[in-house]
Amino acid sequence: MANGIIGKKLGMTQIFNEKGQIVPVTVIQAGPCVVVQRKTSAKDGYEAVQVGYVDPQGGKRASKAEKGHCEKKGVAPVRVLRELKVEAGSALKEGDSILVTQFEEKAKVHVTGISKGKGFAGVIKRHHFGGGRATHGSMFHRAPGSIGGSSYPSRVWPGMRMGGHMGSEQVTVRNLEVARVDAENNLLLIKGAVPGPKGGYVVIKQEA
Amino acid sequence: MNIIDKLEAGLLRHDLPRIAPGDTVKVHVKVKEGEKERIQLYQGVVIGIKGGGMRTSFTVRKISNGVGVERIFPLNSPSIDKMEVVRSGKVRRAKLYFLREKLGKKGRLKEVRRDVTAAE
Repeated sequence: MANGIIGKKLGMTQIFNEKGQIVPVTVIQAGPCVVVQRKTSAKDGYEAVQVGYVDPQGGKRASKAEKGHCEKKGVAPVRVLRELKVEAGSALKEGDSILVTQFEEKAKVHVTGISKGKGFAGVIKRHHFGGGRATHGSMFHRAPGSIGGSSYPSRVWPGMRMGGHMGSEQVTVRNLEVARVDAENNLLLIKGAVPGPKGGYVVIKQEA
Repeated sequence: MNIIDKLEAGLLRHDLPRIAPGDTVKVHVKVKEGEKERIQLYQGVVIGIKGGGMRTSFTVRKISNGVGVERIFPLNSPSIDKMEVVRSGKVRRAKLYFLREKLGKKGRLKEVRRDVTAAE
């Protein structure tokens, strides 16, 4: 069995645990997924499976290249592909389905996704600078302040924290708890927040 | 209906009476003591209902040994064994926070008859 699955973030809600406490959860449409390609060390130099997320709407909007790739492997067209590591002797082969049933409640998982884009962000949002006071004659509000010395070094040190593009990068949140597994609807409820917007794709992995 | 709404619909409780601000309610709360579970009664006036759907919670205020006590319950909590409406008060606002300032006789509400049968 592979050690993960591809999912689509649907949003958050809250449920009650067995103690009657409220637990915030992210609902993820996790699969069903299908193995599109098996990579082996003999042929590709490493052991992995390429997994595709099977969209309920079907792969109607798959590009010609995507269709061709899937057709060659004998699976229905899929658009979202991710790779998962497997051991050398893994019995997984092309066309095998990967389901949420591999996860157990209370298990710890790592969730990887693309974070929400924040655009060009200043230093307060991007690096948690303190900023200046808003009133009482202050003319220093959200500016970064000094970025270095003058005659020495006469340049800005590399790595100086400044404003710039923030978000839209790969983020992994580790050790999240699986709150509930709904095998019937292929849903995973994971305690806490996961990276990315609603509708964003995430990879849920668990340590072997 | 999207998947989250469907999921929440399955978790909502429909067996509790329809409460409103001003109602005096008796809440039967399940309390776990070690291994054993027992029912605790909490009776007071509903002074506010907050949130909607799965997130609904309500605040119940009572005077216990001369001290005002407020307890907030999630409406759909499985810890609520059952709930009864003892009487309904005549109120004109949704949040009865003014009751906190009214002690003794001033804190009474006029009774009004209302249908409180459980939501379908």
